[in-house]
Amino acid sequence: MYTEKVMDHFSHPRNQGIIPDADAIGQVGNPKCGDVMKIYLKLNKNKTGDDVIKDIKFETLGCGAAIATSSMLTEMAKGKTIKEALKIKKLDIADALGGLPEPKLHCSILAHDALAEAIKNYQTK
Amino acid sequence: MKAIYLDNAATTRIDPKVLAAMLPYLQEDFANASSIHDLGNKSAVAVMAARAKVATFLGCLPEEVIFTGGATESDNLAILGLIKAIVGAKSTLKPHVIVSAIEHEAVLEPAQVLKREGVIELTVLPVNNFGLVELAELKKAIKPNTVLVSIMLANNEIGTIEPITEIGNLLEQLNLTRTQKIYFHTDATQAPAYVDCNVKKLKVDLLSMSAHKIYGPKGVGALYIKKGTPLKPLVYGGGQERKIRSGTYNVAGIVGLATAIELISNKKSRVKEIGEIKNLRDYLIKALKKIPRAKLNGALKNRLANNVNFVFPGVEGESIVLMLSQKGIMASTGSACSSGSLDPSHVLLAIGLPAEIAHGSLRLTLGRYTTKKEVDAFIKALPPIIEKLRQMSPLK
Repeated sequence: MYTEKVMDHFSHPRNQGIIPDADAIGQVGNPKCGDVMKIYLKLNKNKTGDDVIKDIKFETLGCGAAIATSSMLTEMAKGKTIKEALKIKKLDIADALGGLPEPKLHCSILAHDALAEAIKNYQTK
Repeated sequence: MKAIYLDNAATTRIDPKVLAAMLPYLQEDFANASSIHDLGNKSAVAVMAARAKVATFLGCLPEEVIFTGGATESDNLAILGLIKAIVGAKSTLKPHVIVSAIEHEAVLEPAQVLKREGVIELTVLPVNNFGLVELAELKKAIKPNTVLVSIMLANNEIGTIEPITEIGNLLEQLNLTRTQKIYFHTDATQAPAYVDCNVKKLKVDLLSMSAHKIYGPKGVGALYIKKGTPLKPLVYGGGQERKIRSGTYNVAGIVGLATAIELISNKKSRVKEIGEIKNLRDYLIKALKKIPRAKLNGALKNRLANNVNFVFPGVEGESIVLMLSQKGIMASTGSACSSGSLDPSHVLLAIGLPAEIAHGSLRLTLGRYTTKKEVDAFIKALPPIIEKLRQMSPLK
């Protein structure tokens, strides 16, 4: 049902956990639908003054795809500037995982939205 | 490592005796059962003998048994075939059908399709918190134009055994004074290895069953059709099965079904097998209840001897199943047939679980080959998985 890459991220999730002194947090989803994702960000300014994602962690309640997309998203976003991270498109995460079954594509969207939410919360802080 | 298989409600491993009985009909005795020559006759005789065995098990006449391609086809034939026959006979009243809310999709879907097409009125009957159909509710739902009630014998997800005989008695009483007879169908797919399927005792007009849930092959099943029950075919062709189900006989499959039935019919070994599986089930339930916030779904009495179904709030069932699978343990969230769907189980919602809880379901179904050692390995493997997934969740 899932690609090897999805199963790898599911079994060995990267950046799973919390950042106690996070600069921003984004949470999306609803337990009624079965998926809740929470993204923690620690940011740094680089030489040109842009915000860089120095550290990123996730907590997720959900299916295999929800956990795998959360994990993949953190890998994709880590080290990027906020500007670059915002360029990650909704289905890029699924693509990076070698694809997801069609009914699970929403997990990719959810992971995207969780990061966008965290960045929004930072920018409106 | 040999897999620990705790998904016997999805399908069972074929019994070696069943396989041995089937093989000749795939090899030397391969002929078409409708052919006139000697070899064809051999196949025809095998089908006849198989039909007699199934009829003995169901307590009916051989000519009341039709072989199909499985329980889904049997359910579809029972519902669509009956409605087609009734609508064709008299077109005055729109027929009314009642199904329980926890039926398998093989019953719910054809009923919903008929409703969407405007052919029938449909009542989806609620069940109580244990998954039981309540007679008073059913009685209230019956209308003058009710033609069919379809209630499963045992539920595939939570194992609840429905009061089919009581419902059959009720309908029989009502039919005495009704102009429009109410026909009674039961989907017995999960039941034959554990529950008496005698159609006279159950008081049903139609009963669906399948071979692969009882250690037989996939792709073959049967439908009991009580004499006098109107039924139109869904498949037309060579006119096999009294013109109700055309198609070349699946001789090996039919022989496999009959052999599987024979193996569960032996009274002594049946009682022993059910007893052993039930003991393992109760042992497993007791152990799982110790996991924090674990909740057993379904009834304790009126429950299939092989079914265990729990919810673990704060985790998602699919993740549990995937992690178990990585440890070589094969389990399920509920029905394998609905794994493609994102919605929580319609059965768990029907017994009153909130959606967020229903997402955390795990079904374990034991069988003839399940050992205590395997159950113990599972009991050891599960708690750290639940713990790990709860740890990963943002909702503590």
